[in-house]
Amino acid sequence: MTTNRIHQKLREDKKILSIYFTAGYPDLEDTVPIIENLQESGVDMIEIGLPFSDPLADGPTIQESSTRALKNGMTTTRLFKQLENIRETVHIPLIIMGYFNPIMQYGVENFCSRCAETGIDGLIIPDLPVDVYEEEYKSLFEKYGLANIFLITPQTPNERVRFIDSVSDGFIYMVSSASVTGAKNTFGAIQKQYFERIHNLRLKNPQIVGFGISNEDTFLAATELAKGAIIGSAFIKFLNEKGKERIPEFVNSIR
Amino acid sequence: MSTPVKTAVPIGGAAGSGSYHVSEKGYYGEFGGAFIPEMLYPNVEQLRQKYLEVMSDPSFKEEFNQLLKDYVGRPSPLYFAKRMSEKYGTRIYLKREDLNHTGAHKINNTIGQILMARRLGKNRIIAETGAGQHGVATATVCALMGMECVVYMGEIDIARQAPNVARMKMLGAEVRPALSGSRTLKDATNEAIRDWINNPVDTHYIIGSAIGPHPYPDMVTRFQSVISEEIRIQLKEKEGRENPDYVVACIGGGSNAAGTFYHFLDKEEVGIIAVEAAGKGIDSGESAATSVLGHKGIIHGCKTLLMQTDDGQITEPYSISAGLDYPGVGPMHSHLYTSGRATFKSITDDEAMKAGLELCKLEGIIPAIESSHALAIFENTRFEKDNIVVVALSGRGDKDLNTYIDHFGL
Ligand SMILES: Cc1ncc(COP(=O)(O)O)c(C=O)c1O
Repeated sequence: MTTNRIHQKLREDKKILSIYFTAGYPDLEDTVPIIENLQESGVDMIEIGLPFSDPLADGPTIQESSTRALKNGMTTTRLFKQLENIRETVHIPLIIMGYFNPIMQYGVENFCSRCAETGIDGLIIPDLPVDVYEEEYKSLFEKYGLANIFLITPQTPNERVRFIDSVSDGFIYMVSSASVTGAKNTFGAIQKQYFERIHNLRLKNPQIVGFGISNEDTFLAATELAKGAIIGSAFIKFLNEKGKERIPEFVNSIR
Repeated sequence: MSTPVKTAVPIGGAAGSGSYHVSEKGYYGEFGGAFIPEMLYPNVEQLRQKYLEVMSDPSFKEEFNQLLKDYVGRPSPLYFAKRMSEKYGTRIYLKREDLNHTGAHKINNTIGQILMARRLGKNRIIAETGAGQHGVATATVCALMGMECVVYMGEIDIARQAPNVARMKMLGAEVRPALSGSRTLKDATNEAIRDWINNPVDTHYIIGSAIGPHPYPDMVTRFQSVISEEIRIQLKEKEGRENPDYVVACIGGGSNAAGTFYHFLDKEEVGIIAVEAAGKGIDSGESAATSVLGHKGIIHGCKTLLMQTDDGQITEPYSISAGLDYPGVGPMHSHLYTSGRATFKSITDDEAMKAGLELCKLEGIIPAIESSHALAIFENTRFEKDNIVVVALSGRGDKDLNTYIDHFGL
């Protein structure tokens, strides 16, 4: 069990607004200014997307941002370089979200150790399965004080949700619907039932809802029972259309 | 009277036997596994729990075998290529998968998987395709079973494989362009996986090669293992022995090779030769020779050798044959390569085209360009005079006429 910024933040008596963006997008050197701007705008937590050529779990918006970031020259080494002094200005929790292959090529231990040096608090690796994590990498993550965040979906049975809860540390990422990432305008009855089902399990880890959160309505609906929500695609669209200077406008429109 | 209680054996044989077969956890040596996002877990887990049980069911086996016989036209002949053998001074047999319905080995797998999908209660089928061969084989079995079929195909491949796109449409499939990334096979595979994430309840994903998360590589291999099962029976009839000296097959993802090698994996006296596409040459930057150029990594849910940058971004392979330009190989083949059980060779575009044309002239058979890669090894590989070498002729060349015409200025 680690105690880092994520745990502290989750103890605060408020609903968490977390924002995902892709590192190196729209421009290579935008990573740090976007993080700083998000913090100033009052965001509680940030997920920094490590771009990958083949992001299986992502919809078109995040895919395109990843393709562009890679064209801009984004690499794992570059990202750590950009984030080198991030803790001089940023104190909210920072999480890296990336697919497993680039992390494997960097070397998992090397990656974890660089995260710790940089002040990264946790990782979300959608294609690293729970059982492989438990067997091969858990001790490594713990050694470097990194929280590992797992996903659950409306199709995840209660028994498996409980298992995932037992190996999670930080929060559980509740994927809102059976879908890849991408903005939606409303949640239906199925989502509401799912939110209730998970809420009633009284898990040890708080839940944060992601995928399909795009505006104040979906944020409120998602956080009625859950601890917080994550916005990705809608924010990336905004960045692309309005630019990073107007980030406060986006954040204020959510809450 | 007592009937002996037989434990049912799945298609392809009992599980867990032999060191080159998949382990209980889904690994071939260090390769394989199921590196999938949680959204895919229920579907892949259902398949993992059920596939061997379903494939052991006598009524399933009967249905599968009946369709292979009456619909696909199996067994496919094992043909002694007399003039080719004379030319290369060895005994060459061709396993004629090109004579199957739809013109390639791909249909062995799609027949098996559509029956599997039905047993799992699915009524919608998705697939990825590069050249369109697997797409056509999938559209065909969906028509046969009256199931909805969506095939993902890279936008670039749609443009270069127009006849197969038309075939799929005639067979009632919807062909959806993959517009992301490099807009070829790997991106079509990504799109199919995304579709499966979005449709977790009613849909089965028919993967077209021995790739993907466990249990796909093993399931596809078992459905394709009919190739080597027949080789053993046919060779026994023709030569009085079940085991050849060598088996040879081309490798894209590795399904025809897996099927051709399968029943010989533990017969160490049988040499295994896998043939990859070198494209314009291994060092040209335009190649698909994964064993040489690849490193261990994760692609489409499995740990295997794949072509990638130092930073772990998957790179775009190249081969003149659209069926071989996949940036990875199936996990079984990665294990056969690193363990030394199989010899890997790579063949350039030019060598393959030449071997393809040679087969036309020597034997009156127009091969698929994929298969021509396997045929091309005789030019530079010496076999003994009395060696028996069985080559998988994985498909016929009709689909490749334009490429042959352009290449030779016919
Ligand atoms: C005729 C033929 N041979 C071989 C292949 C390569 O696939 P695999 O390696 O799965 O057999 C293809 C793929 O489209 C094909 O059409």
